[in-house]
Amino acid sequence: MMNHLYELLKIVLASPYTLPVIYGIVIVAVLPLVAGYVVLVERKVMADMQARLGPMRVGPHGLLQPIADAIKLLLKEDIIPEKADVWIFWLAPLISVTAGMLALAPVGIGPAFQIAKDIDVGILFIAGISSLGIFGIVLGGWASNSHYSLMGALRSAAQLVSYETAAGMALVSGLLLGGSLQIRALVEEQAKQGVWFVALAPIAFFIYLVASIAETNRAPFDLPEAESELVAGYMTEYSGFRWSLYFLAEYANMMVVGSVATTIFLGGWLRPFSSVGGAAGRAIDTVPGALLLGVAAYCLYRAPKQPVTVQKLVMVAVAGLCAVVAAALLAPVFVAQALWMMPAIHGAFWFLLKVGGYIYLFMWLRFTLPRYRFDQLMRLGWYFLIPVSIVNVMGIGIALVLHWERGMNLALALGLTTLMTLAVAAVLVRAELKREEQLRQAASGDAYAG
Amino acid sequence: MLPVSHYLILSLALFIIGVVGVLTRRNVIVILMSIELILNAVNINLVVFSRLYGDAAGQAFAVFIITDAAAEAAVGLGIIIAFFRNRETVLADEMDLLKW
Amino acid sequence: MLDKVIFYFFAAIAVGSALLMITRKSAVHSAIFLTTTLLATAGIFLQLRAEFLFIVQIILYVGGIMVLFIFVIMLVNLDVAAQQIQYSRQKWVALVLSLALAGQVGAMIWRAGKLPGQGMLVRGVAAAESLPPNAEAVAQSLFGPYMLSFEIASLLLLVAMIGAVVMAKKKV
Repeated sequence: MMNHLYELLKIVLASPYTLPVIYGIVIVAVLPLVAGYVVLVERKVMADMQARLGPMRVGPHGLLQPIADAIKLLLKEDIIPEKADVWIFWLAPLISVTAGMLALAPVGIGPAFQIAKDIDVGILFIAGISSLGIFGIVLGGWASNSHYSLMGALRSAAQLVSYETAAGMALVSGLLLGGSLQIRALVEEQAKQGVWFVALAPIAFFIYLVASIAETNRAPFDLPEAESELVAGYMTEYSGFRWSLYFLAEYANMMVVGSVATTIFLGGWLRPFSSVGGAAGRAIDTVPGALLLGVAAYCLYRAPKQPVTVQKLVMVAVAGLCAVVAAALLAPVFVAQALWMMPAIHGAFWFLLKVGGYIYLFMWLRFTLPRYRFDQLMRLGWYFLIPVSIVNVMGIGIALVLHWERGMNLALALGLTTLMTLAVAAVLVRAELKREEQLRQAASGDAYAG
Repeated sequence: MLPVSHYLILSLALFIIGVVGVLTRRNVIVILMSIELILNAVNINLVVFSRLYGDAAGQAFAVFIITDAAAEAAVGLGIIIAFFRNRETVLADEMDLLKW
Repeated sequence: MLDKVIFYFFAAIAVGSALLMITRKSAVHSAIFLTTTLLATAGIFLQLRAEFLFIVQIILYVGGIMVLFIFVIMLVNLDVAAQQIQYSRQKWVALVLSLALAGQVGAMIWRAGKLPGQGMLVRGVAAAESLPPNAEAVAQSLFGPYMLSFEIASLLLLVAMIGAVVMAKKKV
């Protein structure tokens, strides 16, 4: 009996499908928790930018807030509107959340953590599955049998489709530099060239940043789902668990676009200055561990100053956790036997740090900029972002041909491209400002205008 | 890869279902969707033979067919919207302005 | 073995959803079943190692064309149409003729497999490992011998875009 089990275990462990399945299960199980804590981080960041403290009641420093929210959402009454199409009402959030989670499959958190390894069309896969998420929104809005939901869904879908083109073109600029669609090949190309593609194609990164904010329905592009507009749009009639699925889909999408931007533009799992070896390289390699040790030290320093005993204990526990992770990060640098762990753990750390920074940028923009009106949003997408991204792709193509065929310096060629694209963008911005000036004059000259 | 006939029978089945959809339904939107189904069946056929001979031309042809299908769906749906604005119907039987 | 399971799984979904698609009263349900059929077809492409076509099918067909269909179905009020008779008067003739067509082509496929040395179905299959990377192979094909068709297709898309915009305007 035990022999049979042992044989089965050996077959399972040797099979090439085991590890991806385990990663998949881990992602599906862990993602809701991670998304919940990203929400907590967002609320704390929002509070910090608004000079207040954020959730502090549930658990020490509000750390159990996501758990409380999850329990509340699960226990809420499940309302289905009258005459709503029940099957599609049930299906729509599922599509959104499935697309969001599936898009995480080819993402390489480190060189060792990739569910769909070496898929030939990695980046395109993520872009395609993200476009499946549009279905969840449109069907959700339609199935609610409510005017507000339908309008919000149509607006949201129109926004997503418009910015998908710009995002795709921006990605193509990065892919031209990378030369392949495979995720691993893109990061290795950045390692080979020694420079992140954001330095070679900054405009493409900027376009992708703006387009990805619009793709995930985040502020300032969150008109279709903001609470003060159209009563939360396509999510109006969803309550409790179904709403939490949509919410989860939105945060999963945020992580997906962060991962794509990190892979193509920010060097994936490479550390900064990855081509620098020797002593300087080792100094940079100690940064992750040192950072976490610093956090642990700060937690220990603040622990005695907490008012409540539970908070003291939690601070010490967090300090201990950070210390353990710091030890895991520093071990490969100083202990030669642990060197094999280096790419996996350090790669994962740098990747998560960059994705975290990208998501922090999202949150920062959310709490700083006012919302775009829908027609302004569509104008921005079609009249500014798409022309600029097309010009950028053409420019980078020409620059690469000049570099390969004529031997021009790559940085020089790409610098010229950037200047040309900036010039085109300036022309478009000037035309837009002139149009707005004309509209304002026409409005102020009209005697009956409000 | 399975024997080619499996894929051809699948492609045939989808094609016939699409043809039945085009010939039998009254709702013009469903007719358009059945046309998309027919184009898909042809795509499967092309990709199977491209894999059989190791030639990527079949897949390039399939990309062109998908592009064509997109263009045709866009224009067809535009026509349907224009017609619906005028006549308030999407049933093929009732689109008889050209009959004597 | 895994190949067979994947193929039959996706084939069953494709044919099942296609059958459901042409029999639904509500156009949105038909659109959803067509989407499932398209996704199953994409799965078949993936099983045939045509990865580029798999993702192009999902991006263009499912993420583009079907979203367009669902938009139009929502803009056009189809509640009246859902209450009418769904099938035209020639349904039985159409069914008989389609089955005759199916029988003919099916017989051809059946026989071609049995004639040795003749017909196109007895060639050897290229092994999966010896195939070049799929996206590159399709790109070589598109930008090489079939460049003219590529340009014509882009022209066609431009014409279709202009046509669709003109068609959907309220005042031309």
